[in-house]
Amino acid sequence: MTPNPITVSNLMGGYNGTPVIHGCNMRIASGEIVVIMGGSGSGKSTFLRHLIGLKEPMQGDVELFGESLYGASELDRLKLLKRIGVAFQSGALLSSLSVAENVALPLIEHSDLDRQTIDVIVRMKLDFVGLLGKEDLLPSELSGGMLKRVAVARAIALDPKLTFMDEPSAGLDPVVAAALDELIIKLRDSLGMSVVVVTHELESAFKIADRIVVLDRGYIIFSGTVAEIKASTNQRIQNLINRIAEEEEFDPEAHLRRLVGEA
Amino acid sequence: MTDRLDKMAQRVSDLGLALIQGIAFIGHAARLIAQSFHLLFRGPAIGQPIRLRHVVQEIIAAGIQSLPVVILMASTIGVMLSIQGIHSLRIFGAETQVSFGLALSIPREFAPLITGIIVAGRSGSQLASRVGSMRLNGEIDALTVMGISPIRFIVAPALFGLLISLPILVAVATVASLTAGQLYIEATIGIASQAFWADVLSVVTLVDLAHCFGKAVLFAFLIALIGIVMGLGVSGGAEVLGRATTSSVVTCIGAIIAADTAVALLL
Repeated sequence: MTPNPITVSNLMGGYNGTPVIHGCNMRIASGEIVVIMGGSGSGKSTFLRHLIGLKEPMQGDVELFGESLYGASELDRLKLLKRIGVAFQSGALLSSLSVAENVALPLIEHSDLDRQTIDVIVRMKLDFVGLLGKEDLLPSELSGGMLKRVAVARAIALDPKLTFMDEPSAGLDPVVAAALDELIIKLRDSLGMSVVVVTHELESAFKIADRIVVLDRGYIIFSGTVAEIKASTNQRIQNLINRIAEEEEFDPEAHLRRLVGEA
Repeated sequence: MTDRLDKMAQRVSDLGLALIQGIAFIGHAARLIAQSFHLLFRGPAIGQPIRLRHVVQEIIAAGIQSLPVVILMASTIGVMLSIQGIHSLRIFGAETQVSFGLALSIPREFAPLITGIIVAGRSGSQLASRVGSMRLNGEIDALTVMGISPIRFIVAPALFGLLISLPILVAVATVASLTAGQLYIEATIGIASQAFWADVLSVVTLVDLAHCFGKAVLFAFLIALIGIVMGLGVSGGAEVLGRATTSSVVTCIGAIIAADTAVALLL
């Protein structure tokens, strides 16, 4: 049996000994688009850092293709990470390299392909994200949407079976955001890729997700299809998907203490 | 009384914190050296080879681009030492012995020190700002998730680039400094070039050369590691990056002078 691209078991993680993620379990199947949603401070970014090997969990493990990510040595972890692609929210392109050099980087470092073949693959990937002809530009010469698309092209350069995307549509105009959504669907349909998308853009999530996972205060409170999340009776999920502000219980004394700096 | 106790406790706490940070800094640097050498030998076998072109880029940045300023500064030091040497030795009527003074002090002391300080000012700050901005932009995280070890991509090329270029720069600085000194001495007190170089070669020993190149290697380690560790420690924003860059130059120069003094005292 082929192992799942990603299996998260009892994951607990946080900062300076304070847990932010509590006992999370998650599995993603091959060719599945999973959207991780949650409000600000729900632990989405921390959860993602655990999933992509950037943050050692306090407890539990993450398996990529059946291999433990955090049970491995640092060098073995790097080997495992070669099999995934990650498109960061800010793009995180190497600022000293051109667009083409950024996309070519994983191919140069991890394959034995000759330069000519690499150049062809780079152009194919840039064509895939609609940026053919922009090879020689530097990251500083790109718009926000272009940066994200180059980041996607770099993430899929080695045709990974699993790709992570952090807030791909955040801060983009609706037309570019819609194009990125189409791109994610195309990755699944044409390359059979599993895609994990972290976002709080509802429209985008509903359009692309096979399954939505909702994180709330570090707990996974929901995992299901778009239809299931819309039918959920959980008040916090309804608040999230219907953009309803949550009223905090007001304690006048505690509020006063905070105002005078005593709490 | 309580105030004084509080202040004392604060000072002890600050001292302890500084000590812990110093130990952590040394530990981090030692780990980077160990990992760089591990990847140098084992990298190709485990899919993390250190690329020659990255090392060459560092040699160009740290070495070749520093060459004009190193030659200029070293020549100036050579002339200054000659002026001071002639001036001091004239008291004893021994100004013709000035070439021995230059031969004993330039390779052993001044050439490595001035080169180290120039390279610290250029490469130390450049490394801290480059690594720091890569950290702030998430580029180091991006390398990691691409399965590329940041040690082999950033740290090792910078370290090996400096380990190769600094001894060469020191050799050039030594020759430039002695040549400038010789030209001044010939012009002022008429010692011929052949006589000057014969004097130099008669007193410079292998131990002096070991001091010269040993210090170059030591300073290369200090500049690379201080720049990189300070760059890797950047978090927050541009202000922290600016502070780390400035601080890396001051720390590099301080460390070079301290190491130079320690070598002079101990060896």
